[in-house]
Amino acid sequence: MDIAAKLTLNCDVTRHVLVSFLKHEIQRFGFHKAVLGLSGGVDSSLSCFLAAEALGPENVLAVLMPYRTSSHESTEHALQVVNTTRVSHKRVDITPMVEPYLELDPHMSDVRRGNVMARMRMIVLYDQSMLWEGLVVGTSNKTELLLGYGTLFGDMASAVNPLGDLYKTQVRQLARAVGIPESIVQKAPSADLWAGQTDEGELGFTYADVDQLLYFLVDERFTAAEAVAAGFDAKFVATVARRLRTFQFKRSLPIIAKVSRRDVGHDFLYPRDWGT
Amino acid sequence: MTKLKVGLAQIAPKLGDVQSNLRLHLDTIQQAKQQGVQLLCFPELSLTGYALRDLVADVAISAGADDPVLAQLLAAGQGMDLLLGFVEADARHRYYVAAAYLSEGCIVHVHRKAYLPTYGMFEEGRYLARGERMRAFDTAFGRVGVLICEDFWHMSAGYALWLDGADILLLTSASPGRGLSPEAALGSSQSVQLMNQAYATFFTDFVVHCNRVGFEDGLNFWGGSTVFGPDGSLLAQAPQFEPALLTAELDLAALRRVRLQLPLLRDERPDLLLKELKRLRDR
Repeated sequence: MDIAAKLTLNCDVTRHVLVSFLKHEIQRFGFHKAVLGLSGGVDSSLSCFLAAEALGPENVLAVLMPYRTSSHESTEHALQVVNTTRVSHKRVDITPMVEPYLELDPHMSDVRRGNVMARMRMIVLYDQSMLWEGLVVGTSNKTELLLGYGTLFGDMASAVNPLGDLYKTQVRQLARAVGIPESIVQKAPSADLWAGQTDEGELGFTYADVDQLLYFLVDERFTAAEAVAAGFDAKFVATVARRLRTFQFKRSLPIIAKVSRRDVGHDFLYPRDWGT
Repeated sequence: MTKLKVGLAQIAPKLGDVQSNLRLHLDTIQQAKQQGVQLLCFPELSLTGYALRDLVADVAISAGADDPVLAQLLAAGQGMDLLLGFVEADARHRYYVAAAYLSEGCIVHVHRKAYLPTYGMFEEGRYLARGERMRAFDTAFGRVGVLICEDFWHMSAGYALWLDGADILLLTSASPGRGLSPEAALGSSQSVQLMNQAYATFFTDFVVHCNRVGFEDGLNFWGGSTVFGPDGSLLAQAPQFEPALLTAELDLAALRRVRLQLPLLRDERPDLLLKELKRLRDR
């Protein structure tokens, strides 16, 4: 199977569906505006382009939320996206909010520090969403969601997510198609939580490789053994399969202890778009 | 009658709001009447929306002329036949995905969806009961058969209606778009179009397919409603993803010409099939 070919998008159809999705799933609840965290990476840049197309740039607020160690390049790229899309923007430095908490524990690990920053950004975004009267647009892609590579209640929090069913390599294809500059599309993906951090360095494999494996396992439903037989490295397959299982909790709402005949979660089952 | 102008109401119903959808139906009926439509088809669950889950019981109506929703549609549909989708509650509190064919103030036929997809993203079998019949029925335009979405993924459903005399198949869907590729259409829409064309070709029937548009809980419905002629040719197609009122004029006399060239119906051997089915059942 030529998996790279299988991951190739018709960008016109995909863009049409995602722009319509944002427009309809936001407007049906009586909102006309959206707010999103814009880091200058390819995911949030694409979400910003799609939201601007769906709602009009005047109805989109991009919030830049740097921390003191965030790279200047990230901010430059974010401003480039703001200028191209003509969305409204606001800069909220999270350093003075984050720092007092980090100082409580000088030995805090990078992952913990990163989670604090991601959750502080969520607090800012949801507060700005009330002020702006718009819904929070998510920027998590399918690769991140499947690998559990995100902060629960941090960057994973949103009201609507247009990118959650696109692998990272598909995000890049669509980003190019909507006109996002190559400098943003091509740079090494990073959560920018500490200096020199890259997604691929932290994960231990490339998006190009893992997207193919995830597509093979998740979309095509081949088994791990079949993936190894097809030529994927056995250790790589085991690592990814473990991540898929281990991080299922991040893709679920908190589980509720069932004691009544009808509880939220198990058998009180209404569509979210109820009555809209 | 040798000509039939059909209308396909490719609408985006409001989820769980029957009154709002009733108004949308009444407005569309007026538009269709202005265009001289004789038979107007609405998509699957057009009065309720699709992803209902626990809303099923709340939006259900009985399939009787005294139901207030159907009564308004029966009145509005005078002079034009209608096919519309709803949740039917029977007298013993079972709920069905149903489609009703209305004509001249009467409910001529109700089809209950017989195949309820309950896999992957679908969960109809959890909330709904299965229909138990495949029956064609007579209209002013000839004998007609109705199937709802998953029904027509089962070849036997279309086949049964064909043998029951249906020359016009009316198919309705709330089909979610999925399957990315370099192609300019999502994979699910390509499959459905292929099946519609295959039905038209194999049965030498007119095949009218009305799908909905809009979004529910992140699912997109792709529209792209089609009309195929009995030679398998595409007669009309609505745009993908956008609401539309598609119209097409069916030349019903084409049935005679196509079946002279290709007498598949004449040569069909249901007794042979029945013999083999009995053998398979009894082995």
